[in-house]
Formats: sequence, structure tokens, C-alpha cells
Amino acid sequence: MNAQVLAMLPLLITTGTVVAVMIGISIRRSHRVTAALTMMGISLALASLAPAWFGADPGSVAVTGLIEIDGLARFAMAMILVTTLGVLMLCPAYFESYRDHREELYLLLGVATVGALTLAAANHAATILLGLELLSLPMVGGVAYTIDRTRSIEGGIKYLVLSAAATATLLFGVALIYAELGRLDLNALATALASAGSGSLLVTTGALMIMAGIAFKLSLVPFHQWTADVYEAAPLPVTAYLSTVVKLGAFVVALRLLHSGVASASPLIPTVVFALALASMLVGSLLAINQTNLKRLLAYSSIANFGFLAITLVLPGDEAARAAGVYLIGYIIASLGMFGVMTLLSSPLGQLDFENLEQYRGLFRRQPFAAAVLITMLLSLAGIPLTAGFIGKLVILTVAVQAAHWWLVGGVVLASAIGVFYYLRIISVMLDGRGPEVDGGDTDARDEAVVGNWLRTINAVMLLVLAITTIWFGVFPESLFTIARQTVLP
Amino acid sequence: MTLVWLILIPLLGGAMSWQSGRWSSVAPRWLALLTLLIGLGLSLWLWLTQDFSLTGAGFAAAADSAPADAVPQWTLEYRAQWIPAIGASFHLGLDGLSILMIVLANLLGVLAVASAWRDTDADPGFFHLNLLWNLVGVIGVFLALDLLLFFFFWEMMLVPMYFLIALRGYNPPGGKSRQHAAVKFVIYTQASGLLLLVSILGLVFVHSQSTGLLSFDYHDLLDTPMEASVEWFLMLGFFIAFAVKMPMVPLHGWLPDAHASAPASGAADVAGLLLKTAAYGLLRFGIPLFPNASLEIAPVAMWMGVAGVVYGAVVAFSQADIKRLIAYTGISHMGFVLIGIYAGTEQALIGVVVQMIAHGLSAAALFILCGEIHERYGTRDMRQLGGLSTPMSNLPRLFMFFALATLGLPGLGNFVGEFLILSGAFSVAPLIAITASVGLILSVLYSLIMVQRTLHGPLRASTNNPSPSPVDLSWRELTIVVSLLILLVGLGLYPQPVIDTASASIHAFDALYAGGVSP
Repeated sequence: MNAQVLAMLPLLITTGTVVAVMIGISIRRSHRVTAALTMMGISLALASLAPAWFGADPGSVAVTGLIEIDGLARFAMAMILVTTLGVLMLCPAYFESYRDHREELYLLLGVATVGALTLAAANHAATILLGLELLSLPMVGGVAYTIDRTRSIEGGIKYLVLSAAATATLLFGVALIYAELGRLDLNALATALASAGSGSLLVTTGALMIMAGIAFKLSLVPFHQWTADVYEAAPLPVTAYLSTVVKLGAFVVALRLLHSGVASASPLIPTVVFALALASMLVGSLLAINQTNLKRLLAYSSIANFGFLAITLVLPGDEAARAAGVYLIGYIIASLGMFGVMTLLSSPLGQLDFENLEQYRGLFRRQPFAAAVLITMLLSLAGIPLTAGFIGKLVILTVAVQAAHWWLVGGVVLASAIGVFYYLRIISVMLDGRGPEVDGGDTDARDEAVVGNWLRTINAVMLLVLAITTIWFGVFPESLFTIARQTVLP
Repeated sequence: MTLVWLILIPLLGGAMSWQSGRWSSVAPRWLALLTLLIGLGLSLWLWLTQDFSLTGAGFAAAADSAPADAVPQWTLEYRAQWIPAIGASFHLGLDGLSILMIVLANLLGVLAVASAWRDTDADPGFFHLNLLWNLVGVIGVFLALDLLLFFFFWEMMLVPMYFLIALRGYNPPGGKSRQHAAVKFVIYTQASGLLLLVSILGLVFVHSQSTGLLSFDYHDLLDTPMEASVEWFLMLGFFIAFAVKMPMVPLHGWLPDAHASAPASGAADVAGLLLKTAAYGLLRFGIPLFPNASLEIAPVAMWMGVAGVVYGAVVAFSQADIKRLIAYTGISHMGFVLIGIYAGTEQALIGVVVQMIAHGLSAAALFILCGEIHERYGTRDMRQLGGLSTPMSNLPRLFMFFALATLGLPGLGNFVGEFLILSGAFSVAPLIAITASVGLILSVLYSLIMVQRTLHGPLRASTNNPSPSPVDLSWRELTIVVSLLILLVGLGLYPQPVIDTASASIHAFDALYAGGVSP
């Protein structure tokens, strides 16, 4: 019992944090106190992982049949909590000038984090669904949070409808499998996925519906249409959360389902995932080329990135799972860094964030610090050596070459080459000597605001740390491999 | 550790030069120049003091002509742990071939900085950062003995070059924009680079499957036992990747645009330097790692070289832009290099080394002179130029000299290179050598038409361009170009020091061809 509570601590502490924040808001509305309380809670949850991380490996701890906390769960929890902390640090400076209620956002992010942590440790269909809903529904509120922006509401509704449809599809799939197998544990779902295409029609349909639901959450092509609109509509810190934690939670579930060690009886699901992966990386990259809105561009870039990641889902072996871990770390750091800098430059007051590519023209001259961090992150996303992103690309290619899946290798090569093109385009815009051609409202005033605000200074320090981490992992990847080894399922 | 300094000096110098650009527009230039002079001094010192008779055990082992227990020897070697999880190490090695290339790289770097001295650049710090880091990549490529490290440096050449072209380059009038050229360059190079990475990974896995050792190290991967079909495919991956960079004719699309758009005087010769990395890659990795498959593809590769020689020359002839013309002559000259590499006789290989150096020097000089012309007349279009020998005396003479060097005038380095390659190739592939020598005639055509249209006839440019009467080359420009002239004449009259330095590598490489004939 004791070991179980200990293993559950991150989840429990985060839940407690949400309750505390809720009570705190009802007693007295204070933006900074709420933010500090949330951050403290999340930090505490992160600290509760430390004994398992640095001390003796507690192995796999099952908490009832619903939750199992193993190495992968702890790895995912640590990533989720660190990323959430990063997003939370972006919020105070961004929402400080927001005129409506500011405190509830922390509540929403907290609940969503509980959902993501649940997903990280889910061992049962019920927990998976619970986690997905806990993760998605607060995000609807998050996307629509800046309600005086017209597109926010639109984005929120879009996310609500499509996300509910996806969860329903997944739920239906689970029900079909339950009808055939009579079990709901993760192993049963994994068995169903492995035997889809060879066994009964019910199982095959169910497995495909589960895959469709997960593909929607990971925004794999052709379930990607919502991504760009929702990313664009959401306020920047929420976009950052959507592109990191939300994806992470869903990806861990997918990794568990497809890497559970159940021998595949039919090639149907692997083929489907290959097709999804190939389509995502190519379509995502191609659609990113002509974007002039940085949020939309990053949405398509995240589609392409999860195309790369999806490869590791179906390639067998521990190497593939480790590759997923390595790539995820690189992607999340880069993503958080990108959205972080954009947040630093934006405010929730106008209709738009600092997101038009033209606004970034000559940024390097006006704000060398912000531009340098952005350049580091873009190079990492593009997979240029000396960044964590390159190591990610390397390991993905490694497993794909090892498994001799030449179509996927070709896809990765092609998509990466296109990727380099559109990432470098942003960089060259930023390095351009001229000022912005399109005036992004009060660009100069906003530039001024960046300096001198201590909340923004904290953000700047965090972003600097992220940039240094990216380069550190790129130059000395050994530590990255050590951390990512946790993703290997027993 | 000296080898690490060869890489670290330009790396640190670039960063310092960049930062100094914040408060001075002169400091970056001095820092960059100083850095590269130190690098050049260091590499020259290595060349003079080290013994370059060592190498080649690596090659010879691959050709089964060395005793089994022979440890590959390098003149200088440095190895440190890097990513033990996947068997990659920070492994550098220096032999005669690499030192020559490194001296060339540092020399061209110095000249690039010197010739860009007066450029009115908005951000000289950033320009020099890219220039120096590009050189870091080039020098790293010439030193790396770990395939992952090699790939690292290979990619490191890409991004700085992109910035040099996209931000500091030219929009050639009537042509596509420099962004277009830069993007084309990136797509070609990145796609081929990733192909290289995939082939490297493939080789590493084949090796780890047969020996159980996961390693990216050059010495481990030489002699990897593999099936003929696997070797063929992996070799093809390396071959195509290097062919794009070289460039070989159907894959050359990026080169004329990239070179024509590269910034004025300075960086263009560095752009030319990138081509040499491809030839070096073939010599060091492409062929020794896959000796049997390389022998099989040799006739095809040599014919592709011939195609490059002829095509480059013919297209160069019809160019109006001097810089594009020079870029196409580069394709032609690299065609000779390709023939020499795959002919594989000792004579041809010596020719390859001499040709690479000579072409590096002569193309750099032409690029720099072409930049000077552009600076004075605001155009590089030969239809608008003409009669330049009237207002100036030094520039036209030097331009004439290097045009003659390009056409292979005996007594200059290019002649030695081309002659050795052709006579070396004749013994193994007479038909190819004969066809390729057509290129020599064509090179006379394009060189002389360039000289004639630019220097002779009535003076037209000054009437089109209301610029003040053109000043002849300053002492700075004169020093740069004359030093190249002296080196080129020296290489033509007395190439022996270069040949001696490279001979150990060449012997080993030749042995590889001789030993690799067995099926």
C-alpha cells in the first residue's frame, strides 16, 4: 500500500494542487498567488518523482488494475510535469495584462495535467478514457480562454466538437473489443490491436476505431485538420501546452498499446500506422511551406514531427521505444522554446498574438536574445547537428534503417529536407536587416515592454535554459540516451 | 590535440568575431583574419614539421595487402569518447591528403576575409561568423575519422553557407533571387546529406550484424564483410551524396545559382572549396569502404566525369554572367577530378590532388577578380562589359593570367593536374581519356571568349554606368591575387612538395584498386 501511494504521489499531489488552487481562487482572486500556488504544486509533484529517479528503481508498481506506474510512466510523468511547469512559467507574464478573469486558466491547466498524468500511467480502458477526457475538456476552455478574440470561441468549439467525436470513436472501439474479448485492460486492447485484421470483424473494427481516436489526438494525417485552426485560435501558452503535454499524453498511450510485447498476428495495424506516419510527415511538411502565420506553421510542423514519431510506434524492439523518448525530449524542448519566445513577444490584448511571419522580420537586430533562442529551436526542429533535434532524427533514422523500412526512411529524408527549407525561411526572415513590412500593431511598444518586466525576465531565463539544454543534448547526447532509456517497456 | 585546435580556432574565432560586430565594424574583420592566419600558420607548421609517410594502413588493410595485425597509422590522431551509446567517438586523423586540403581551406579563408575587407556590409560580424563556421565544417570534414562525426561536419557546412547566400548574396539581374538559390542549395544538399546519413547507418548495421560491434569508426568499418548487393546499394548512397556536392552532371542544378548568388568577392571562393569536400569524401570514405562495388561503378563514374567535363565547358561557353561562367568551369574541372579518382592509377590520383588545389586557387582568383569588376562597374554581365583593358592595367592582366590558368596553360598548376589525370586514365580507359581531352579544347574556347568579351573591344561599361573613373586594383587586392598567382605558378613548375606529401595516401589508395580487382 505504502509503495502504491508513493508511486501515485505525482498524480495525488497534482490533484491536490488543483483543489487547493480552486479553493484559493474562491477565497481571494489574485493572479500571482494563483500562479505561484500552481507552480509550487507542480514542482512538488515533480520532486516526488525524485526518489524513484535517483534512488533505487522501484520497478513497476500496480495500483489496482487501473493504473500501473513503471519506468515509462515515470518518464512520461517527469516530462509532463516539467513541460507543464514551463508552460505555467509563461502564463503570468502573458496574462498579467489580460483584463478578464486570469486565475481560472491555472485551474484548467492543472486539471489537464492530472489527465495527462493519468494517461501516462493508464493500464485500463477506463483510465485511458478518463485521462483523455480530463486532458481534452479543460483544453476547450483553454483554447477559448481569451473570449474577446473572435477566433478563440470558434477554435474552442471546433476543438470541443472534434475532440468529443474522437473520444467517442475511441470509446466505441473499446466497446466493440469488449463485446468480443470481454476484457477492458490494456493488455486486451493491445491484443486486439495485434490481432486486428485476422480475427473477428468486431475486433478489427474496434482496433481501427481506437487507432483513429489516437491519431486524432496526435493529429496524424488524415485526422489533422483541426490542428492548425485550433493552434491559431488558442492563446499562445495554451498552444504551447497543446503541442507538448496533450500530444505527450496521447503518445504514451499509443506507445503502451503498440509496444506491449503482444506478438502481432496480422500486419493490418502496423500498415495503418506506417501509412499514417508517412502521410503525416509528408503532408505536414508540404503544408507548412506556404504558411505565413507562425502558429499555423508550427501546427503543421508538429504534424510532421509526430509523423516521424509514429514510426517508432510500430517498429519493434527496445531501440524504437528509446528512439521515441529521445525524439520526444528534443521535440518538446524545441516546441516549448518556440512558443515560449512567441509568448514573450505577445500579449493577450489585441486580436492577434505575435504570430505573423512578417513581424519577425529583422527580429535579430531588435531583439537578439529572443531571436537567438528561436534560431536554436528552429535548427533543432530542422534536425541540424549540434542540437537535440538532430539526435532525435538520427535515432529515428537508425531504427528505420535497422528495420529496413526503406519507404519510411525515404519519407523521413524527404520530409526533413522540406523541413530544413521552411525552418530556415523563418530564420532568414529574422536575420533580415530590414524592419517589419507589416506593422503588427504596437510592435515597438511591445518590444519595450519586454525589457524591464521581471516576470518576463523569469521567462527569458527559462528560455535560455531550454536553448542551452538543446545544444547540450546535441553535443553530448549520452545523457539524452540515458534519460530516454526509461521509455523501454519491460 | 593539435587537430582539435585546427577546428576550435575558427570556431572560437567565429563566435568572437560575431560578438565583436556589436560594437565595431572593423573588429570582426581583424578577428576573422587573425583567426584564419593562426589556423593557416598552424596547418603550415604541421605540414612542414610532421612526417606524412604514414597513412594508408587503413586503405591497405581494405585491399588485403597489409598484414592482418596492422594498426592503421595516421600522422596525427586524436580520439575521445563522444556517444558510447551508439558507438560514435570524436576521432580525428591527419595524413598527407588532409593536410593539403586543410592548408588550402585556411588559405582560401584568409583570402576570402581579405577580399571582403571593404564590403559595405550591414553586419560584418554575422558574415564572418558564417564564413568561419563554414570553414570549421570544411576542416572537420577533412579530419573526421568517425562517420557520424564526418556527417556532423558535413552538415555544418550547410547552414552557414545558406546564410551567406540568402542574406549576404546577390540577386543576379534577370536571374532568380538569391533566396531561390539558397533554398535550392539547401534542398539539394540536405536531401543528399540525409541520404549519406542513411547509408552510413546502413553500413553501421551491416557491420554490427556481422561482428556484433556497433561502431561508427572508420577503422572498424573498413573491411566490413557484406553481400555484394548490400555493398552496391550502400556505395550508391555514398556516391550519390558526394555526387550532388561535387557536382556530377545530372545533379549539378544547385551549383551555378549558388555560386552566382554567393556574396561578392569573399565567400565565393569558399563556396568553391565545398566542392573539394566531395572529392575528398569519395577518396577517404566512398571508395575504401566499398572497394568492390566502387570498381564496378568506376566506368560509369568516369563517363559521368566526361559528361561533366564536356557539359560544364559547353554551358560555360554560353553564359553571359562571368560568375556563372566560372561556376560552370568548376563543373568541368571537377569532372576531371572524378575521372581521376575512378581511374585509380597512381598518376591519375596525383593529378587529382594537384587539380583540386590548382582549381581551388585559380577559381578563387577568378571569383575575387570578378567581384572586383562587379564592385567597379556594378555588373558582371559580359554583354555590358568590354574593353576593361583600356582604363586599368593590373586587373586585366591578372584576369587574363587566371583565364589562361583555367584553360590549362602548361607551366601552371591546372595543366599539371589535368595532364596527369588524362595520362593516368589513358592506361586504364583510353576511350574515356581521349573523350575527356575534348574538354581541354573547349576550355580554351570559354576562357578566351571570357577574356575577349570582358577585356577587349571598346570600353562600354563606363558609358552605361556613371560611376567615377575606375581605380585599378589597390595594394590589398593586388597582394591577394598576386599571392594566388605565385602559388599557381609554383604548383605548375614544382609540384613535387605537394606530390610528396600526398604520396603515402595515394599509394595506399592505388593499392586498394590493385588489390580490389579480385571478385
